[in-house]
Amino acid sequence: MNIINIEHIAKVYQVGSEEVHALRDVTLKINQNEYVAIMGPSGSGKSTLMNMLGCLDTPTSGIYDFKNVSVSEMTDNELARIRNKEIGFVFQTFNLLARSDAVHNVELPLIYAGVTSSERKERARQALIDVGLGDRMHHKPNELSGGQRQRVAIARALVTNPAIILADEPTGNLDSKTGEEIMALFHEIHERGNTIILVTHEEYIAEHALRIIRLKDGLIEKDETVEKRYIPKTKASFV
Amino acid sequence: MSSILLELNEGLAIAWRAIRANKIRAALTMLGIFIGVTAVVLMSTAIKGIDNSLQNGVSALGSDVLYVDKWAWFSNDEWWRMRNRRNIDMEDFHRFKELAKLPSAIAPVTNSVQTIKFADRKVENVFLNGSNSDYVKTTNFDFALGRFYSEVESNGSRNVVVLGSEISIKLFPRGDALDKIIKIGPVNFKVVGVLTEQGSTLLGAFNPDNQVFVPIGTIFKNFTSRHFGTVTINVRAASPEMLEETKAEAEGVMRKIRGLSHSEPNDFTINQQEGLTNFLDSITIVIKIAGLFITSLSLFVGAIGIMNIMFVSVKERTREIGLRKAIGATRRTILTQFLLESSVICLIGGIIGLIAAILLSFMLNQFFPTSVQYDVVILAIVISLLTGIVSGLAPAYTAAKMDPVDALRYE
Repeated sequence: MNIINIEHIAKVYQVGSEEVHALRDVTLKINQNEYVAIMGPSGSGKSTLMNMLGCLDTPTSGIYDFKNVSVSEMTDNELARIRNKEIGFVFQTFNLLARSDAVHNVELPLIYAGVTSSERKERARQALIDVGLGDRMHHKPNELSGGQRQRVAIARALVTNPAIILADEPTGNLDSKTGEEIMALFHEIHERGNTIILVTHEEYIAEHALRIIRLKDGLIEKDETVEKRYIPKTKASFV
Repeated sequence: MSSILLELNEGLAIAWRAIRANKIRAALTMLGIFIGVTAVVLMSTAIKGIDNSLQNGVSALGSDVLYVDKWAWFSNDEWWRMRNRRNIDMEDFHRFKELAKLPSAIAPVTNSVQTIKFADRKVENVFLNGSNSDYVKTTNFDFALGRFYSEVESNGSRNVVVLGSEISIKLFPRGDALDKIIKIGPVNFKVVGVLTEQGSTLLGAFNPDNQVFVPIGTIFKNFTSRHFGTVTINVRAASPEMLEETKAEAEGVMRKIRGLSHSEPNDFTINQQEGLTNFLDSITIVIKIAGLFITSLSLFVGAIGIMNIMFVSVKERTREIGLRKAIGATRRTILTQFLLESSVICLIGGIIGLIAAILLSFMLNQFFPTSVQYDVVILAIVISLLTGIVSGLAPAYTAAKMDPVDALRYE
C-alpha cells in the first residue's frame, strides 16, 4: 500500500533578500513496511525533505499525497491532525518533557488526540513495556540513561500506531553500543510491520535500512536498495 | 462540547504542572497580582466603609427634618448676600410655632463654641447646641444615661446639660457622667443625660457625639457669640412623605413672619439632609475615583510584570512548544495552555491578595471605617482572572504562532 507519494516537490525560502532553493525537484514513493534511509551532506535538503515528509511544512510547489490524501494544500490545523495520528517522530535530542515521568511523556500524543485518561495510561504503559522500559515507567528523563530516553521517545512515537516512524539522527547523541541497541529496536519495530524513515549522515547507520535515498543540492542523486544490509546482533528489548 | 471540557481539563493539568515545575517564578508572578488586588480590594472596602459611615451619620440628622436658617448650608449663592440677611430671633420662632400646623415638632436652635472642663480634664472647641425640650423630638437620639432636659428646665433656662457620647468619654472615661457638675466656659452645668453614639466621626463638628445640649436661654444669658447670633428653627415633618408639604407650609409661614412681599425673594433658607448628602457625594466621588485610579495603577503594573514573565516562560519553552506542535498540538491548544497557565497563577495570586486584604481591613477598622462585602470578593476574583487572561494573551499568542521546525531547532 502506498503511504507517501511525492511528485516534483520544491521548497524555496526567503532569507532576507536572498532566495534559498532547499529542494528543487524531488519525486519519490514510499510504501507500507518499507525501511528507508535518507542521506546527504549539509545543504542537500535532507532536513527540509524530512520536514515535508513529517507534515511540519508544506512544499512551495509540487504534489504530496499521504495515504492518497493531498497534504500540500492543508491548513495548519489539518497538518497537526495528520502529525498527531499518522506520524511518530524520533529526534536526535530526544525532546522529552523534563519535568514529567515516562508515562506522561508517552501519553502526550494521545492527549492531543482526545483519548480518555484511563485508555491513555494503559496504552502508554504498554508502549513502554514494548520498548523494554516496563520497570522505568515513573522515572523522569533525568533519571534515565541516554539510550533509555530514546526508548521513551520511541515508545511515544509508537503509541498512536502511526503510518510512519520518522527518525532524525536517532543515534546522534548516543555512544556506539547504545546506538546499536536503538538500531536493534528499530529493526524489531520494522519486523512488526511498521514503516520507518531514517534521516542520517552516517553510512553505517543508513545501512541498517533496506533502501537509501541520497540527496544533493536539493535533488535526489541516487535511490538504491541496500546490498549488504547490517542486521544488529544485540537484542533490542528485554521482553 | 465535551472535547472542549476535556481540553480545558488537560490544559489545566498542563498549566498546574508548569507552575509546580517553576515554583519561584510562579510565586514572583503571583506577587504582582497579589499586591494589585490587595490594593484595589482595600480601597474598595475603605470607600464602602466611608459611604456607610457617612450614610449613618447623615441619617442621624433625620430625613424628615427641615432646618430654617438665615444661612444656606450648601449653595452657590454668594456668602455676603446671606450675611446681610436679618437674623432669625426667638420672636420669629414663637410666631412660627403659632402658625405652622403640619410639623410634628418645632424647636429653636442656636449655637456657641466653648471649652468644657471637669476636674483636670478639658475639651476645647466644643459645639454647644442650645434649644428647648422639644428639640429631642426633632432628632432620633437615644440615651445611654439619664434624659434630655425637661420643659421646666428649658423654660427656666436652668444650667443643665446633655452630653454627646464622645464628650462624655473624654470627660468621664469611666462613664459616670450623670449628675456631675461640669464647667462650660466659666459657668457650672449639671449633667442630666448622656447620648449613645449617634453619628459618624467623619462629620466632624456636626457629629452629635461631639456636641453638648443646653437650654437655649443659657446661651443667650452666658455666651454671647458673634458668629452664631441667629436662631435656626428645626422643623420635623409628621412623616418623610409629608416633608415637601411641610416645607411648602414653612416657607409660606416664614415669608409672612418676615413680612416679605410677593416680589421679594426669601431672606432665609430651608435646609435639608438631602443637601448634605448631595454635598458629601460630590466630595466622595472625587476621592473614590482618585483612589480607585491609583490602586488600579498598581494592578496595571502587576499585569505588566506577569506579561513579562510569561514572555520569558514562552521563550524558555520554545523547544517544548515545538515538540508539542510536532506531535499534534494545534495553535489553539498551545494558546489555551499558556492562557490557562497565566490565568491560574493570577487567580491564585488574586485569592491570596483578597484574603490578605480582608485581614488587613479588619485591622484597619480600628482607625478607619471599612466594610467587606460579597461584591468586592467577586470583584477581586474577576479582576485576577481578567488580568491573567489579558496579560497572558500576547505571550500565549507568540507561543501559538511559533513554527514547529524553527522551534525544534532552538538552542
